Amino acid sequence: MNYDFNWMIVLTGEYRDWLIQGLVITLKISGISIVLSMILGTIITTLRMTGIKILEWITISFIEFFRNTPLLIQLFFWYFGSDAVLPDSVNQWLYAHNYEFAVGVLALTIYTSAFIAEEIRAGIISIPKEQLEASRATGLSFVQAYAYVVLPQAFRIVIPTLISQFLNLTKNSSLAMTIGVMELTYMARQIESYSFRGFEAFTVATLMYICLSLIISLCINIYNKKFLRMIKY
Amino acid sequence: MHWEVVWNNMDYFLLGRYPAGPLGGLALSILLALGGIFLAFWIGIIFGLLRLSKRWYLRIPSIIYIEIIRGTPLLLLIFWFYFLAPVIFHRPMPEARTTLMAFAVFTGAYVAEIVRAGILSIPKGQMEAARSSGLNHRQAMTYIVLPQALRNMIPSFVNQFVSLTKDTSLAYIIGVQELTRAATQVNNRSLTAPAEIFFAIAVIYFIICFSLTQTSRWLEKRLSYRTAGKIHQKAIELLDDSLE
Repeated sequence: MNYDFNWMIVLTGEYRDWLIQGLVITLKISGISIVLSMILGTIITTLRMTGIKILEWITISFIEFFRNTPLLIQLFFWYFGSDAVLPDSVNQWLYAHNYEFAVGVLALTIYTSAFIAEEIRAGIISIPKEQLEASRATGLSFVQAYAYVVLPQAFRIVIPTLISQFLNLTKNSSLAMTIGVMELTYMARQIESYSFRGFEAFTVATLMYICLSLIISLCINIYNKKFLRMIKY
Repeated sequence: MHWEVVWNNMDYFLLGRYPAGPLGGLALSILLALGGIFLAFWIGIIFGLLRLSKRWYLRIPSIIYIEIIRGTPLLLLIFWFYFLAPVIFHRPMPEARTTLMAFAVFTGAYVAEIVRAGILSIPKGQMEAARSSGLNHRQAMTYIVLPQALRNMIPSFVNQFVSLTKDTSLAYIIGVQELTRAATQVNNRSLTAPAEIFFAIAVIYFIICFSLTQTSRWLEKRLSYRTAGKIHQKAIELLDDSLE
């Protein structure tokens, strides 16, 4: 292997700024998507747990469909097909506001929410049924019982898996480069095309991803050590 | 709606230009997934065992490999192989083979973790009993512990295979003519029916992945009924859900 490494090219000047911009976009798109997909995932799970057959059926098909199709296809579907699928007003708004980024968030949110819904359900199942029954008996409505009694307890249990979903999301967000979101992988690829310094750019990008993953794993470990001990079943 | 675009190109989606040209489409996606999981199985067993080794010079490299791969997006790994292969081998490599290598190395790290968890889940008494009956460590591992662990791992392997099948769509990025590439080509050519095309492709992936997921759930139930009671099965289900 004969290849002259030139690390300065990616550690100084314009290319370094590109990589940092890419990292910021990666964090932004994953941050927004994880918050939205947690909200969507919670709604889906709650609808599924209502006991109404038709809602249960719809949510299960939603979850199974989006879990069992590739994210890349979903991205392309929303990116190329949003004209046919979404209402005109939404499309107009998307075109006006950074279309690629918005579509990236949309696809990542829906994909991740299907996984998160399953995890929240696992958390809810692990809460004894008496909790719901007791709060219903004290006069709370179904929604209140869920919002104030069941969900807060379930969330404490599923937080570690939700954090690891965030890690998956950060990695999955690299696929958004295919529709033109200028995140970390896109920038590394860009530097490769401009300067033929692919190895340096990809090394720095890989190290950034690994650092993110290590930081997130550390968060999970700290949470498990400090908080999970206190929860008694 | 222009569903006829989908129907007219169905043979291209399923087989590519085969038999007139190279194999592509869904058939290539499945071949990539099968080849990838086969190679990843062996990589995973080796590194899973190495990670459990008592010798640090075997354990540390395997931990580094697993953690680096698990922290890196597959897309970046594919680019790595794509740009690294010509430098190492001094000649360009076919794209399909490049992605196959990337899939094997990527999935291998995940399989290694499955193997490790599977071996750790076998009660210690099995190893101790095997050792005290006169087998050495390697024999006890190959004849007693691994066969039991592998059987328990089958559902997780199927799940990993489903992920890999979905991930083969990433081969699109460096120009492999698999299902996703075929879809984008047809989309670029027709320009009239993007939503229909990508929905149809999603359904094709869904049929394969969903039937495999259901198989893995069925296997899980069957295997756990045989080994232990219903409580054990519930625990496995919850654990699996949280790992995904």
